[in-house]
Amino acid sequence: MRPLLELTGATVRFGADAALDRVDFRLFPGEVHSLMGENGAGKSTLIKAITGALPLDAGELRLEGDHVAFASPHEAQAVGISTVYQEIEVLPNLSVAENICLGREPRRAGVISVRLMQARAREILLDLGLDIDPASMLGQHSVAVQQLVAIARAISTDVRILVLDEPTSSLDLDEVAELFRVIRDLRSRGVAILFVSHFLDQVYEICDRVTVLRDGAFVGEYLTTELLRIDLVQKMLGRDMADLKEREHTDDAAPEAAVVLEARGVTAAHGIADADVDLGEGEVLGVAGLLGSGRTSLARALTGVNRPHAGIIRIEGAGVHLDSPRRAMSLGVVYSSEDRRRDGIVAELSVLDNITLALQAERGVLRQLPVARRRELAASWVEALDIRPADLDRPAGTLSGGNQQKVLLARLLALSPRVLVLDEPTRGIDVGAKVEIQNLVGELADNGMSVIFISAELEEVLRVGDRVAVVRDGRIVRTAPAGALSADALLALVAQPDEDGE
Amino acid sequence: MRSIWRHRLFWPVVALLTLIAVNSIARPNFIKFRVRDGELFGAIITILRDSAPLMLVALGMTIVIATRGIDLSVGAIMAVSGAVALTIIDNSGDAGNLGVVLIAVVAALLVSLVLGVWNGFLVSVLGIQPIIATLVLMLAGRGVALLITGGFITTVNSEPFSFIATGYLFVLPFAFFISVAAITVIGLVERRTALGVLTEAVGINPEASRLAGVRSRGIIWGAYIVSGTLAGLAGILYASNIRAADANAAGVFIELYAILAVVLGGTSLNGGKFSIAGTVIGVLIIQTLDSTILFLGVPSAQSPVFFAIVVVVVVVVQSPRIRNAIGRMSRSRQPKAAAVEPPVEDKQKAEVTR
Repeated sequence: MRPLLELTGATVRFGADAALDRVDFRLFPGEVHSLMGENGAGKSTLIKAITGALPLDAGELRLEGDHVAFASPHEAQAVGISTVYQEIEVLPNLSVAENICLGREPRRAGVISVRLMQARAREILLDLGLDIDPASMLGQHSVAVQQLVAIARAISTDVRILVLDEPTSSLDLDEVAELFRVIRDLRSRGVAILFVSHFLDQVYEICDRVTVLRDGAFVGEYLTTELLRIDLVQKMLGRDMADLKEREHTDDAAPEAAVVLEARGVTAAHGIADADVDLGEGEVLGVAGLLGSGRTSLARALTGVNRPHAGIIRIEGAGVHLDSPRRAMSLGVVYSSEDRRRDGIVAELSVLDNITLALQAERGVLRQLPVARRRELAASWVEALDIRPADLDRPAGTLSGGNQQKVLLARLLALSPRVLVLDEPTRGIDVGAKVEIQNLVGELADNGMSVIFISAELEEVLRVGDRVAVVRDGRIVRTAPAGALSADALLALVAQPDEDGE
Repeated sequence: MRSIWRHRLFWPVVALLTLIAVNSIARPNFIKFRVRDGELFGAIITILRDSAPLMLVALGMTIVIATRGIDLSVGAIMAVSGAVALTIIDNSGDAGNLGVVLIAVVAALLVSLVLGVWNGFLVSVLGIQPIIATLVLMLAGRGVALLITGGFITTVNSEPFSFIATGYLFVLPFAFFISVAAITVIGLVERRTALGVLTEAVGINPEASRLAGVRSRGIIWGAYIVSGTLAGLAGILYASNIRAADANAAGVFIELYAILAVVLGGTSLNGGKFSIAGTVIGVLIIQTLDSTILFLGVPSAQSPVFFAIVVVVVVVVQSPRIRNAIGRMSRSRQPKAAAVEPPVEDKQKAEVTR
């Protein structure tokens, strides 16, 4: 059978970095195809390349064998490629019918006909098995219905390819079942569906075929029925061959040194339930888990970024109430976010201001760090972490990813914290900077700092961490000394659902 | 040379100097000063004196805009402030008493501060969008002012109160000293404490600032308090100038002129990096323009059109796209220079400026 859509050698560059590097991708009519990969694998870029939101720097896109190049999403839509993006893009202040027919309102004698529009919307909604009044305001319906209306809009044209980017992230189980029924129905009508989700269960339930991407490169295309879950995860995570200094690991399950941070039963909305953590002085606790496993929720709950619903956190034995990052920082617990650009760097401020930001915030508005002291401090961190270019007055947003991460680290280390929580500090940065950060974490721990090191790369977690906690489906499923785990064993823990875990 | 050209205050300064040059040529009296009874007079002095209310409001607006906010209620706060001050003086029975005037001024400033606290509360605690939050007071404030004055235009004849806007101190208008004092205090507080950089951080990336431990709520709240208080002071200047509290006329449209001054001074409405010096220049541009329009004898009904044309020119010249286009033109006009300069260096420059 000939693929409906075929992408060969697709390359998309942002500046010097390739977000997609010679990726192949095929989509057949009447199939549900999943795109799998961790953060930064290139999923979104690939979708944008298919839907005309981004031009290809190299490679070819074919539709039914014919070469095509879309200048805009509108052109892609015209040939039957519709997309429903992750953030629901509907207009809550318009009616359901108006949302569905937006930009394609049926007209009679040049005037939009509300009656025709509602009839058309009702027809499409019935197709989806959705019994709501097309004249009602969309905003009064649940998020799930809004999501389905977004899909209704996408299929209201003659859709041949439907792209669903994380469509289930805001739906509950029944709503997911409803969505899957619609997807199966569309599939039986010959529509090709690209379904992107980080929920493995859903991928295995609905998808016929998966394409795996890693760091912008094509890993492979597989039939879901022939690919074991553990193999899929391994292909997504890959193996990191970076050259790294080995650290001496202790083999005890509990930390030998005094416990600095102790958490019991920590529970936070959307993500982590009933988590117990013990972090010893000078210890690196690696946290392994997939995207959406709860690894980030755990880190944010432990550092006051998101207030936990339940649970107890003690620092050096004393119960603490971490209701803000500021409070956590004053107790020596600091957090570096996985999303540097959104939650980390203040892009337009200089490297100098970025490095001294947290220290200045801690001192308060009135006690400004003297200029000379600030420069000296920032310069010493720039040198110690080898931040390049070593220009204190350059806007931090113009630095490369690795150097931005180092600026963030410098900002936090300037506070001389006791507990450093790093959420994917090595994601999306070049290998050299990665190894430097890994080695730095080791040195900091050797000097007595306690570190929680979160990463999707299992080998990295094993080599950097003294102990490793595995997070899956919002729970810590196992905590073990790094020396006692092989990469394969860790992979099994990260990937398998509970019943196969033992 | 290029760095001066690229400096963000370059165009505002050019615009101001151009206006002054045009005026100096069109009316030689413009740059002349006369001394009478130990008091300095002249067109420039008038500009400096009359710009005081807008200067105060624009300074506050700069800080608010730096936090990604906007304060539409400044005109209404001016009206309330004037109403409070004049009602106190009017009811005291001793309008000429310095003590009474001082009490009235302090009371008016306190009321303005409270209104600023209210704005800041809506924005920083309740999380209401600044434009909506301050719209509440913009619409309600004049009603409050009318309530205070009992629906009348309260007029007073008070020497000490009139002195604030029309008096002289050491040969210069007293209002000018108020302007300078406000600029100095705001400038010093923003740059000599960490408030400036923390305000910018909150304006550029609120979430990153929160994760860095910045108390953004206090910083945003404080910005609205400063803006409200400065608007109150502007309201006193206005009322002092006309010796009356006119709730319907005080500070009408001043929020828009203040925003314009901030933007003319090179501060982005998207928040973040701000420039007090830029705002000062922006205010002087607006006030000089106003004076020019008066001088040229443009009929008052048409003066907004003239004003708008000049503003459009200044804003267009400042737009990054136009600047880049001018940059490209000047570069392509210098093929010889490019041959002398190593081409690599040129490319680097282009990258940096982008």
